[in-house]
Amino acid sequence: MNATDDSQQPEKRLFRVMSGPHLRSPRSIDKAMFMVILMLMLPAIGAIYYFGIYVLFIILTAILSAVITEYVAKRLRKRKFYFDGSAVLTGLLLAMVLPPRVPLWMVVIGAAFSIAIVKEAFGGLGHNIFNPALAGRAFLTVSFTGLMTRWVLPITTGNDAVAGASPLSGSFVWEGPTQELYRALLFGNVGGSLGETSALLILIGGLILLIIGIINWRIPVFYIGTVFLFTWLLPGQDPVFHILAGGLFLGAFFMATDYVTVPLTNTGKMIFAASCGFLTVAIRVYGGMPEGVAFSILIMNGFTPLIDRYTVPKPLGYMKPKPKEKEKKSKDAPEKGDTA
Amino acid sequence: MGTGLFGKNSGGIKVPHRKMSDKKMIEGASLPKVVTVPMGQHLGAPAKPLVKKGDVVKTGQLIAEPGGFISANIHAPISGTVKKLVIMLNVVTSKPMEAIVIESDGRDEWSLMPKMDDWRSRPKEEVLQRIKGAGIVGLGGATFPTHVKLSPPPGKKIDTIIINGCECEPYITSDHRVMMEYGEKVIKAIPILQWLLDCNNVFFAIEKNKPDAIQHITDLIAKHGVKGVRVASMKTKYPMGAEKTLTKSLLGREVPMGSLPLDVGVVVQNVSTVIAIHDAIYDGKALVERVVTVTGNVKVPKNLMARFGTPAVELVESCGGVVGDADEIIFGGPMMGISQPNLNSPTTKGTNCILVKKAPDVEERDCFRCSSCIDACPMNLMPTMYVLLAKKSRWEDCETLYYVNNCVECGSCAYVCPAKIPLVQYIKTAKLEYRKLGVKK
Repeated sequence: MNATDDSQQPEKRLFRVMSGPHLRSPRSIDKAMFMVILMLMLPAIGAIYYFGIYVLFIILTAILSAVITEYVAKRLRKRKFYFDGSAVLTGLLLAMVLPPRVPLWMVVIGAAFSIAIVKEAFGGLGHNIFNPALAGRAFLTVSFTGLMTRWVLPITTGNDAVAGASPLSGSFVWEGPTQELYRALLFGNVGGSLGETSALLILIGGLILLIIGIINWRIPVFYIGTVFLFTWLLPGQDPVFHILAGGLFLGAFFMATDYVTVPLTNTGKMIFAASCGFLTVAIRVYGGMPEGVAFSILIMNGFTPLIDRYTVPKPLGYMKPKPKEKEKKSKDAPEKGDTA
Repeated sequence: MGTGLFGKNSGGIKVPHRKMSDKKMIEGASLPKVVTVPMGQHLGAPAKPLVKKGDVVKTGQLIAEPGGFISANIHAPISGTVKKLVIMLNVVTSKPMEAIVIESDGRDEWSLMPKMDDWRSRPKEEVLQRIKGAGIVGLGGATFPTHVKLSPPPGKKIDTIIINGCECEPYITSDHRVMMEYGEKVIKAIPILQWLLDCNNVFFAIEKNKPDAIQHITDLIAKHGVKGVRVASMKTKYPMGAEKTLTKSLLGREVPMGSLPLDVGVVVQNVSTVIAIHDAIYDGKALVERVVTVTGNVKVPKNLMARFGTPAVELVESCGGVVGDADEIIFGGPMMGISQPNLNSPTTKGTNCILVKKAPDVEERDCFRCSSCIDACPMNLMPTMYVLLAKKSRWEDCETLYYVNNCVECGSCAYVCPAKIPLVQYIKTAKLEYRKLGVKK
């Protein structure tokens, strides 16, 4: 905005007037999204390794459908389209919660629902109430229950596309020592959704995100901690099995940490995560579904505004407003009692 | 965004230092030919001019008196003739105010007050009157009248004095250089504060990124044998230099909402303010100049001792002028400074820095609730809520639910925001609109 005056009258040059701070950190939405996508690549590559090249097509279809849907939705809403990576992330996350042999047309429908209905219809990034990827999966589950619960064993077990139950379902039987089961769950040599298999790969990606400060440690710690504690207290449940099996790690590190749909404050995040843990176990043990991670997070997403409202931190030097009013109330109380 | 596993989460942020001029000795700026002396150079009511067109004034002569209880005297920064009284916009608040234009006679003849070397044997009231008379205000940037801070209301006992040499804003080095070069003056003036406030316990707070200053001041304290003064090396974190943050970090005391450090027995004084007190008592000099860091996109960054009312252009030119593609002139630091429309703006008591830089080229996006601003806020507020509420004009909720008036406008939230939301702008609007609601009621 420099006016192009000659240098002999420098005092007539005009400069930009703007509100401070006049210095901004190099952080951006795009960078945060990119880091999460990068860390999700670990379990994504793991899934391709365990379930074959078809998985790659699921992932690519999900991402492409998500981005195209977002572009179309933005055009329809006459809003600016930013290639900020959020649609890519939603697509990738959706792929991670789908079964390994899901038909591609379902992937397209799921991604379109996630973006168009769950995200854009609410106002786009930052305004959606529910986690788009999980809501997309929930939508597919209730619409195509049969296809969404058709699990196969990893090709690395020597079986190609042989039907096999996911570890949490009632028909799952493990023959062999428990240690072997834990190892299989940790490395991903079990049936399940793409991202539900290898706890270890998700853990590595998640820990990196924790260390570089993209996600808040309170969420995975409280979520997984609550699941462990709760199942440890319940008779007949194996806490180690419960934290390693199913989508808990994916949910705790990548879904319950989604900025938009979880509470803002640290206290709120802890309440949110612990409640998710509680609900997950409740659904797994007492509910009609084998896995509860997705629904527990979706349910808690709905509570996020309420949690935010009741966890406003006290500012530095906080003092209770007008103690006089409180005195009045305590004086009022017995009066009310008298009249009653 | 969290703060990472290893970052403690107690508010405040890390900012780049960019102290380009921390090794540059303070130079005297050449005397300006014409000065424009604004009447609003301090927090509170603008001063009232005592001179009229054609009056001849000397350097240090009183030319304006306080316009209220929270206000301050203003003195002629150069000797010469009053050319005119004009109306200009306050460089900080952008409200119209009077200003006195003085044309220099080139002689710089001083009008000095009698020295008060024997302050200890005088009544405290007289010494306070001198500090008030010299027009001293907080030179850290807030410009709160110093005599008000030094006269706690009866019944309020002060148990700790903090000398603030934190200088936590990037780029600025004026306090740092003052400590290095005028450290003796500060040390000489500390006993005045101890005596005035009846408090022996003094902390000299310096951020750890200035090890030379920490060493120098420690040596000076030992050399002069001042009792009760300890150097506190503070963690380098923004906004460490803000009064309430400093009081909390150093003493663990939280200043109650809407109160001053005074209410928890603490008085915080900036190092440059202490120098001004020294000059007023020992030299009889009124406050007419200060060290201004001229830095950023200038050829040679410098620390200049400059008279108030000097047009920014003269100081920038004496540093070799603007270089590169800079498009912003900021009075103060990059975090809390105010950008100026042009280089004509005169320096005031609060101008510790003139920063020339390229404005950040950012585009505001919608908040995606990463909660970085909440983690960064040193006052433990929820900055993002003000944006949400401002868009719905829910001004009352900003204060009753989210305590907007507690914000010190340090800019930490807007600095870290990955969506590049100008949070401070929203907060200023929210405060203003909330005040208007009160007026209507």
